[in-house]
Amino acid sequence: MSTIVNLIQKTQSKYRYSIILLKQLVITDFKLRYKGSFLGYIWTLLRPLALFAVLYVVFVHFLRFGSDIPFFAVYLLLGIVLWNYFVEVTTNGLSAIVGKGDLFRKLSFPRYVVVVAGSFSALINLLINLVVIALFMILNHVPFTLNLLWMVPLIIELFVFALAIAFILSAMYVRFRDINYIWELVLQAGFYATPILYPITMVLAVSTTFAKVMMLNPVAQIVQDARYVAITKETITITNIFNTPYAHIIPIVITIALVIIGAIYFKKRSPGFAEEI
Amino acid sequence: MNNDNIAVSVKSVSKNFKLPHERDNSVKSLFVNPFNKNRNKFESQHALKDISFDIKKGEFFGIVGRNGSGKSTLLKIIAGIYEPSSGTIVKNGKLVPFIELGVGFNPELTGRENVYLNGALLGFTKKEVDANYDSIVEFAELERFMDQKLKNYSSGMQVRLAFAVATKAQAEILLVDEVLAVGDADFQRKCFDYFRELKKNKTTVVFVTHDMNAVKEFCDRAVLIEQSVMVAQGRPDRVADKYSRMFMEDEVVTEVEAGPQRWGNREVVISKAEALPKKLTDKTTPVELHVTIKARKQVLNPMIGFSLKDATGQIIIATNTKLQRIETGLLEKGQSIDVVFSFANYLSDGKYTIDVAVEAEDASSTFDWWEEAIKLTSYETIPMPFTTSPDINVVINSSRA
Repeated sequence: MSTIVNLIQKTQSKYRYSIILLKQLVITDFKLRYKGSFLGYIWTLLRPLALFAVLYVVFVHFLRFGSDIPFFAVYLLLGIVLWNYFVEVTTNGLSAIVGKGDLFRKLSFPRYVVVVAGSFSALINLLINLVVIALFMILNHVPFTLNLLWMVPLIIELFVFALAIAFILSAMYVRFRDINYIWELVLQAGFYATPILYPITMVLAVSTTFAKVMMLNPVAQIVQDARYVAITKETITITNIFNTPYAHIIPIVITIALVIIGAIYFKKRSPGFAEEI
Repeated sequence: MNNDNIAVSVKSVSKNFKLPHERDNSVKSLFVNPFNKNRNKFESQHALKDISFDIKKGEFFGIVGRNGSGKSTLLKIIAGIYEPSSGTIVKNGKLVPFIELGVGFNPELTGRENVYLNGALLGFTKKEVDANYDSIVEFAELERFMDQKLKNYSSGMQVRLAFAVATKAQAEILLVDEVLAVGDADFQRKCFDYFRELKKNKTTVVFVTHDMNAVKEFCDRAVLIEQSVMVAQGRPDRVADKYSRMFMEDEVVTEVEAGPQRWGNREVVISKAEALPKKLTDKTTPVELHVTIKARKQVLNPMIGFSLKDATGQIIIATNTKLQRIETGLLEKGQSIDVVFSFANYLSDGKYTIDVAVEAEDASSTFDWWEEAIKLTSYETIPMPFTTSPDINVVINSSRA
């Protein structure tokens, strides 16, 4: 009996430390991010907005992308914000372990905390950006529906998927310092391999198979679903492309598989972090 | 054994650091040369070899040793930062490591923000830091500076702040590494006061340091680590003395050609005299004295001998080839021979000097007599204050009354 109580107490105290640390790391990150910059936290909003402005002018205004999709401006912005979140979590995660090397060499604490902290910081930014999107929706008279509640599970899915990749990258980066360059390339290619700035119909017109493969990417599935539930039913989702809502299983399975791989790999590598960094 | 009394139990802990032969951590090396056998080759560097000891609850326990001896690695293993390569560590109670003061301090944050950050790393909730905040600031004497960025602090101010936070840690086991090396006299006094308080409160403290006076004053027990091996354990004054002695013995024997320490007609000369190993840490390894002599003219059966003296000059062991009934034979001019004397290590803890000599067969003339040609140190885990100290087996046979 006493061993069980002891075990519970032990888990509690272990958990307690992780939560304290997680909170403080997120707060510190928040405080430090734009320290010394004049506009400070407004940059969190300005960055995606600036990218949006450029893409909007080039692709929507001149190249006439998405003229058949209602509210394409907000549609585009939502895609960019979600993609940016994915980029931020994975790049934060990549350098999370190596960047905190000083701590690892001097303290023993649950290693995963630094990676999770990075993804929470990004989540805060995402939520702020979503508020801006809500404002854009109001300005553009996009109707608000109960379907918006689906955003919650979608963001959770994106959070989990991005975090799983962050775990794998962070542990790999300790060993292979080329990973950051490789990942930069992957993200660059990923931006164009995901239907963010162009409507997926443009791909469908060329090759259905290609469109199918593209939609299996969890980020693509999430972005399209989010646009569907938040902005317009005109969005082509994974359901349309495969003609069945069960197609969702594949990106979800991919996400779960990555979580398992990430957890195992990270756990296996983490005891050596302190001496390898 | 009653385990409830033990705060930290270190059981035959060893640590090897893997040093890759080709430090090539890029993915390229995987692609370019996947079959390169050297890629997975590592050179192991032994940082610790088979260390075992128990730290009792409430004990102030010192770990001393020179730079690079492995003592900090040991502390990091106890702290859970490194994994031991083999062996186990058992800890009973909440452990807080101060491998360095002010871990996680960020120069861009204010003093106040850093207190909360550092506090979180030591396991404090925000509320707990809130409750202690005023006393931390007061202890650090930094009331006016708390809203300034840490980068504007002097190093002394940073240390004071870090130490003030650290003193609030509610640890059952505290690991302290070299904290005393920094700070001015006033700060050191504060440190010592804090240590006295810890001692009074019966907190278990593991203390790594170079400061032998602190070891003697605070520690109940200490271990000495030298070249990855634990060479002494026990009373802090003995361990501290031994540590101090280690520095003296590093003096190298300089080759003396002639003088009060060396004389003889040099018809045969001692060209080399050394002991293996130089530092005796193990009773089971015999001591070997290697003496090389070279004849400058033809001689028959020169007699080679040595005498081993302790620090007071008393001869402990002595012999020569004639006493051992060994004929060294006829040495032609220019011929060298190598003589190895080996004997069981009965030497007590301490420093020894060895005189080496070569004489004619009938002792009628001295070819080369070299006093203190070899210096030797013996380490015992439990130092024996007697002339010799062989490995002793004790067997107890009890009979019924």
